[in-house]
Amino acid sequence: MLAALTRELLQSLRAALEALGAYSLFAARLFAELPRALLRFDLIVKQMYNAGALSLVIIMLSGLFVGMVLGLQGFDLLERFGSEDSLGTAAALGLLKELGPVVTALLFAGRAGTALASELGLMRATDQLAAMEMMAVDPVRRVVMPRFVGGLLSMPLLAAIFSLIGIFGAQLIGVQLMGVDSGQFWSQMRAAVEFGDVMEGVVKSCVFGVACSLVAVFEGYHSLPTAEGVGRATTRTVVTSSVVVLLLDYMLTAVML
Amino acid sequence: MRQTRAIELGTGLFVLLGFAALFFLVTQITNREFGLGDGGYRLVASFEQVGGLKPGAPVSMSGVTIGRVEEIEYDFDQYQARVTMRIDSRFDRIPEDSDAGIFTAGLLGGQYIGIGPGSSETFLADGSQMQFTQSAIVLEDLISKFLFSKAAGESAGNAPEGAKK
Repeated sequence: MLAALTRELLQSLRAALEALGAYSLFAARLFAELPRALLRFDLIVKQMYNAGALSLVIIMLSGLFVGMVLGLQGFDLLERFGSEDSLGTAAALGLLKELGPVVTALLFAGRAGTALASELGLMRATDQLAAMEMMAVDPVRRVVMPRFVGGLLSMPLLAAIFSLIGIFGAQLIGVQLMGVDSGQFWSQMRAAVEFGDVMEGVVKSCVFGVACSLVAVFEGYHSLPTAEGVGRATTRTVVTSSVVVLLLDYMLTAVML
Repeated sequence: MRQTRAIELGTGLFVLLGFAALFFLVTQITNREFGLGDGGYRLVASFEQVGGLKPGAPVSMSGVTIGRVEEIEYDFDQYQARVTMRIDSRFDRIPEDSDAGIFTAGLLGGQYIGIGPGSSETFLADGSQMQFTQSAIVLEDLISKFLFSKAAGESAGNAPEGAKK
């Protein structure tokens, strides 16, 4: 009984290590291909359109509502201390450093990551990737790389748009609805937010962009060539990306704070 | 061909929007002022107590921001905090007998340096040391002084009564 349990545990540990190793090797291969991939910029532009431009609506809408909620909650909390004038600071720092990068990454995994994984999985299932190999076209170079680069380039831009719209959302609720003084809102925000805070968000979103794109591309490329396999790859993309993003977020915050 | 064009247009718009957002965040939301920083000149002042003053805090005269705190270090020759300020070169006529004090903006606001102009005809130049400084007020000190003086007053009032018994 105990021996069986130990064996099971060792097996799952081994599986986890194998997955980590496979991810690392795949990532190393993608980064090695990076300079050459940048030469085919037309392919990257197409993928940036898919991953970035098509995610704009959901990102902007979510940013607006997250900002508005932040405005309401922040106002309710700060009013108790009589310091509702710092609502701008609270909203801006919260959005720039945490909510912007993290929520954008989660939405990105749901919107663009799943699309990438299922597209690649379907290519695998319908033997399109094998056909490319037959024609001496490297599918990693031709299909995977543009999607990976497009995704990681889109992420920081999406996060910046999210934060900006969020700040305006908080301003909408705080200033227009709750009556926080507009001058106080902006000037306290400007006095408290530093260049480093914006950069912290940018660094985070770049890291999340790499993580989300890598997970999506990896799961799609290595999916089983069946209908079930494609479905499972899509699910795993969302689950793995979300967990990895939250884990990385904690580690990055601990390092940069 | 037509479709590629649309895709390129969409991507271009997206990238433009993204960079515009980043630019706005950096220039409008932060306290970074471009153009101030490499220009201007330095002033040095020593304080007994800088409180919560931080590099980047504003230096103001009559409420007008004229520069920023660049560096705060401890000076072992004088056993005081040594604050280096960078003043914008437009404000180059600060009398040399001006005084610098550390104040708090509002009850919960950040601390800043306020400069009160003196009456001298000669002006402070790059690297010069300010003579008169006023330390930051530490709220705990103020409260403890107040409480001690109150306690001392009470015990002084009670002393004769105790002596009678």
